[in-house]
Amino acid sequence: MGNTSVAAPPDAVYDDKAVRLFTVAAIVWGVVGMLVGVFIAAELAWPDINFGIPWLSYGRLRPLHTNAVIFAFGGCALMATSYYVVQRTCQVRLFSSTLGALHFWGYQAVIVLAAITLPLGITRGKEYAELEWPIALLLTVVWVIYAINFFGTIGIRKVRHIYVANWFYGAFIIAVALLHVVNAASIPVSLTKSYSVYSGVQDAMVQWWYGHNAVGFFLTAGFLGMMYYFIPKQAERPIYSYRLSIVHFWALIFTYMWAGPHHLHYTALPDWVQSVGMLFSLVLLAPSWGGMINGIMTLSGAWHKLRDDPIMKFLIVSLSFYGMSTFEGPMMAIKTVNSLSHYTDWGIAHVHSGALGWVGLITMGSLYYLVPRMFGRQQMYSVRAIELHFWIATIGIVLYIASMWSAGVMEGVMWRSINNDGTLAYSFAEVVKATFPFYVVRLGGGLLYLTGMLVMAWNVWKTATGSSYRPVRIPLAAASA
Amino acid sequence: MESLYLLVPLSAFLVLALLGLFGWALNAGQFDDLEREGQRILGAADAGLDADQGPAPPPSEE
Repeated sequence: MGNTSVAAPPDAVYDDKAVRLFTVAAIVWGVVGMLVGVFIAAELAWPDINFGIPWLSYGRLRPLHTNAVIFAFGGCALMATSYYVVQRTCQVRLFSSTLGALHFWGYQAVIVLAAITLPLGITRGKEYAELEWPIALLLTVVWVIYAINFFGTIGIRKVRHIYVANWFYGAFIIAVALLHVVNAASIPVSLTKSYSVYSGVQDAMVQWWYGHNAVGFFLTAGFLGMMYYFIPKQAERPIYSYRLSIVHFWALIFTYMWAGPHHLHYTALPDWVQSVGMLFSLVLLAPSWGGMINGIMTLSGAWHKLRDDPIMKFLIVSLSFYGMSTFEGPMMAIKTVNSLSHYTDWGIAHVHSGALGWVGLITMGSLYYLVPRMFGRQQMYSVRAIELHFWIATIGIVLYIASMWSAGVMEGVMWRSINNDGTLAYSFAEVVKATFPFYVVRLGGGLLYLTGMLVMAWNVWKTATGSSYRPVRIPLAAASA
Repeated sequence: MESLYLLVPLSAFLVLALLGLFGWALNAGQFDDLEREGQRILGAADAGLDADQGPAPPPSEE
């Protein structure tokens, strides 16, 4: 085994070209997206560092940050791992190499166009859907290519059962397509400007139907697919309860669709719609925690692996943050709680515990498993560097969340403080001033997280340049050869 | 609240489509032998894969 001096027939090996490309892209965009994040965090503490240059302003760079970390970093990681997982669990070569290449380069084009247009101020102004109509159209084409390639691979599978991770990836692909098409609907008036076909509170409802389902299907379902493959593989144990994985999958996708209104509490949105959003958000606690328990309990009887294996630390700790965020979210969706938390930095704390804690760590753990295998090795160049990365990242996350929780609750309490005569106790500017020290601590947390990402980039570089990829035989094809 | 004229029928259609998909999965035997399917990705068949990628790391960490 391991001797490939005789070339295997093309169909007998996996097609990992797109996997490799997306893996490298994910690391690069991770560094870029986090760097922009660190810069805008610094701007919030010291606004003058934009030097009056429009394309360095916070308002323009923030969507660049969100798009880069969610869609460029997170998206490429999902695409890399989904192509890796679908081939191996279906024991078949990727449906089409050509589509894989078109998918990769098309998606990179979308990312580069975003990096150019957003700092120029070309934006639809809709959160996580800022890209103007020509780029949105390109994205739709790329997404169709992705869907054909992914589902096509499942269609030609040699194993009858469709492994649970593929259900999560499939739900992510289909849901995101639907959400994008509905929310991006707009009337173009020039090449760089369009108007949403919805307006006012109608637009708000569609926007947050989109926005929360982007969290639910892109950032949750997609990465749960990643989790369901890479945790059992790294732990060398099967998922704790395969039955539970199927139950919570169906429960999750049925209930996620209606949590969106919790972004619009106490706005012009009708009360009954707000209540529906609150109710479904609370219901969502159950299927979310089903996933968390399933992943963590996979280590039942093998907890020592957490001590010895830093990749396992990334994967399991990510689930702890997932559990935390999926408890915090439903709590914040309760109207009374929301009346304090809305518009404050508590929302930022919540987003980043989910983004840095869950999405970031599960991606890093999975890529640490994947990268060596994409470059002819079974282990990263430096295991010590993985351990270092884990601790730097985790401390960074804790600093980030703690400072933003503090700022958020403080803001909420100060904004609603009234004097005995009914006037506001604090002006808005006074509250902004009070958040300064928390913004500095948050910057520190973000800097640590970025540093961890740079350690990872170094480790990946050393791993990739140390050896070369060897085509991987498909076991079922080899068995029948 | 006109956007609901779009969102509610869309979600209803989605729910029906999901029920249909679940029904197909049930009939196609997707839920037949769940214990084995969880184990399958760790199966002996996979053991050869890693060996394709060069020598295994030594048992002790660096």
